[in-house]
Amino acid sequence: MTDIKAEIDVLPGLDSSARLLDVENLHVEFRTQAGVARAINGVDIHLDPGETLAILGESGCGKSVTAQAIMGILDSPPGFVTKGAIRYRGVDLLKLPEEQRRKVRANHIAMIFQDALSALNPVFSIGFQLGELFRVHRGTSRQDARRRSIELLDLVKIPAARQRINDYPHQFSGGMRQRVMIAMALALDPKVLIADEPTTALDVTVQAQIMNLLAELRRERNMGLILITHDMGVVADVADRISVMYAGKVVEEAPVLDIYARPAHPYTKALLESIPRLDMKGQQLNVIKGLPPNLLRIPAGCPFHPRCAYARDVCRADPPPQQYDVAPARTARCHFWTEVVGDEPAGS
Amino acid sequence: MSQPVAKDVVLETSNLVKHFPITRGIVLQTQVGAVRAVDGVDLKLRRGETLGVVGESGCGKSTLAKLLVGLEKPTSGSIDVRGQDMTRLRGAELRRARRNIQMVLQDPYTSLNPRMTVGDIIGEPFDIHTEVVPRGERKQRVRELLDLVGLNPEHINRYPHQFSGGQRQRIGIARALALKPEIIVCDEPVSALDVSIQAQVINLLERLQDELGLSYIFIAHDLSVVRHIADRVAVMYLGKIVEIGVEDEIYERPTHPYTQALLSAVPVPDPTLRGQRDQIVLEGDVPSPANPPSGCRFRTRCWKAQDICAEQEPALTEREQSAHPSACHFAEERNVVHAVE
Repeated sequence: MTDIKAEIDVLPGLDSSARLLDVENLHVEFRTQAGVARAINGVDIHLDPGETLAILGESGCGKSVTAQAIMGILDSPPGFVTKGAIRYRGVDLLKLPEEQRRKVRANHIAMIFQDALSALNPVFSIGFQLGELFRVHRGTSRQDARRRSIELLDLVKIPAARQRINDYPHQFSGGMRQRVMIAMALALDPKVLIADEPTTALDVTVQAQIMNLLAELRRERNMGLILITHDMGVVADVADRISVMYAGKVVEEAPVLDIYARPAHPYTKALLESIPRLDMKGQQLNVIKGLPPNLLRIPAGCPFHPRCAYARDVCRADPPPQQYDVAPARTARCHFWTEVVGDEPAGS
Repeated sequence: MSQPVAKDVVLETSNLVKHFPITRGIVLQTQVGAVRAVDGVDLKLRRGETLGVVGESGCGKSTLAKLLVGLEKPTSGSIDVRGQDMTRLRGAELRRARRNIQMVLQDPYTSLNPRMTVGDIIGEPFDIHTEVVPRGERKQRVRELLDLVGLNPEHINRYPHQFSGGQRQRIGIARALALKPEIIVCDEPVSALDVSIQAQVINLLERLQDELGLSYIFIAHDLSVVRHIADRVAVMYLGKIVEIGVEDEIYERPTHPYTQALLSAVPVPDPTLRGQRDQIVLEGDVPSPANPPSGCRFRTRCWKAQDICAEQEPALTEREQSAHPSACHFAEERNVVHAVE
């Protein structure tokens, strides 16, 4: 048992003093019949153990593609990583052969998906699908795998785990299915967990249960958690740091308290002002004019300029050259971030 | 606190019930049970008012919407629109009455026919209700509708796929407005849209209400959106309204445990409130509407439940500790929205 574990832990170049996860200048494009869609255009994110990083953005901003690239499950073709590095403890995952990449998945980096019903296989029991992980990755016996699967279902607080192990996905409710997904992701004790919109399909009361469970497991296991979502409420509740994405770039990165108090990018600011709040009545909802850009034709200059209240000529001509340092551990990709951060929030 | 401007009631339901039969057998079908999707709903909608209906999936809010616009026939109960009981009308009379109450659907990607132009989609109500607009003026009327919802009237000959999600929802709204209804039932009109687009559609709905004096039934699971747009709010659980009141009463002074749990679970986009709010995490899932619990339907998940809750169904009424109607034997106020000291 232990030697199998040891073998898995040995990745060539694995350096436990290097950063847990470090994505640098990642580029992903989709080559379609209509043209090349540049889904990710230079994304930098990093993650430390025990930390929750939220990647926030609207549909088409590239947040899910980033997750798929990190996991190595990008549909290819049409999707291709064209540039950049994804380092896990110093090992560049993009340079690994597929066989080793497979071992990284589940063992080191795991992912849970939005729609648990379509992510689980409908024709196999939950016990079979959970046990498969142990049998394939760890070579354990069927009996042992079953015992461990029951432990996992207990861990994610599925009542009567022993009885439910032989049930099929359709026999579980939405929240319970998402728990099964979490159990599956945690089976081999990964160090990084990526949750792609884990609660979007769930009701709010169930969402609260699932978010609490994720937070608890992250704490206990000192995992790094990447939470991909469009819901600014969920982010405010659980994230330590936030990366806001727009048109395939991180436009702002900041600790959670700072970004809500003083956004430094016009897009973040506009988003915050456009959502109604449960604890306020009669606030003015600020409309972001226009639409997110078509990835086949990303506007020149700053991609947000057609919708931006701060846009000037320089924004139409030149993209902001780098992430400006707003404060330590805080960056924004905007020529006029000093103005944005200095403005009082509208509508409150 | 905003009170509805005018007091006249445009829509009233009383004891509205919809049960979907569960049958067994193919040739000799026998009914073995019923899904009690809507199980005795009373509500009133006043002119110019927005009534929000909130609840989790399976609580019956969409079935309620379908009943109101006549897409489902109620098992029992009545729907009075301007003094006429919609459930008793037939034929031409029913068709005329239906003009007055229209619907905006949730998913603008599937609710518009991809083979029809926008002009045909918005003009289709005129084919059914031929007497509303003379044939020669229809195109002009469609252009006006496009303009009203903030779309370019020149785009009358385009197809739905040429529009974005937010624009498609505007088309859906224009179609609902075509017959100049007084009441519009909006079933999750913004939940399929991106955050930055939601505000556009919400603002449009508010503007149209001011301009045209519309009354809305606004059905949504997003309690923040409902607070923003609604004057009064009804909270549904397993086919019944458990609490109803003006927006301020429901959000600031909720008295039903389910409302409190629901509100406390909604995250607020303000990290300084983290851990500062009273969080109620409910155990388990919503029971099956085919076999709801006896007495109070929420008792199986309620922390206040006692013997009386299983025996006696609490009525939706004002109580000692609740100034607005609340269907709980132990109703009392609790602050779950704001930070607690």
